Amino acid sequence: MEEQLRFRYEVDGDNFTSAGEASVSVKKKLRQLGFAPEIIRRVSIAMYEGEINMVIHAHGGRADVVVSKDKIEITLDDDGPGIPNVELAMQEGFSTAPDNIRSLGFGAGMGLPNMKRYTDTMKIQTELGKGTKIIMTVNI
Amino acid sequence: MTVNEFAKVLELEQLNIADGDRKINGAYAGDLLSWVMGRTAGDNVWVTIMTNLNICAVASLADVACIVIADNAEVMKEVTDTAKNKNINLLRSPLPMYELCVNINKVI
Repeated sequence: MEEQLRFRYEVDGDNFTSAGEASVSVKKKLRQLGFAPEIIRRVSIAMYEGEINMVIHAHGGRADVVVSKDKIEITLDDDGPGIPNVELAMQEGFSTAPDNIRSLGFGAGMGLPNMKRYTDTMKIQTELGKGTKIIMTVNI
Repeated sequence: MTVNEFAKVLELEQLNIADGDRKINGAYAGDLLSWVMGRTAGDNVWVTIMTNLNICAVASLADVACIVIADNAEVMKEVTDTAKNKNINLLRSPLPMYELCVNINKVI
């Protein structure tokens, strides 16, 4: 693959039942491009967790996926409240999700840990009251 | 074992069969969606009592072979419709999760 492929998605913050559409779309595209199932699985899960986080905490946001020769980069960018304590948020089981979200099976405190687990690199830039930007890469 | 064989031997209700020939390579049980995504392996059977629409996205993204709803938990039409649209194998059993998992362990 000589050139980069770029995909951009707007993540709707009001529709919880459709959350994941961007991730499912990326999964389909990666499958069409012939990537190995485990690479697709890692990208899909990491991106889905990010999407869900944006819906739960930030009223939506934007997702950019860039496929290049040696890696897939996923950037999730929102205008939400920011993460007060990133170290705490990275701990498995820590969650600030409300009860109605937990009743749907989310809010297990595994979102950010899963994003880290399934990617090769993950950077979090967050500012209280401004938003959060997460950049993840999966090596091909 | 394929999903078709699995459904038949455990007498599971077939809410949607999208790919009955898909091979199964293990099983995972759980209801917390991120926990499931973090722990399940591709081509696993996923046993849960969670029946909201998000299970379809999780099954698709985590690439599980099939979802098995335990305890005859009610599944809304929009969930079976989405399973059809997203090519997800969706099965159901009247057994509680523990008994169902014990039986699954005997056949896979």
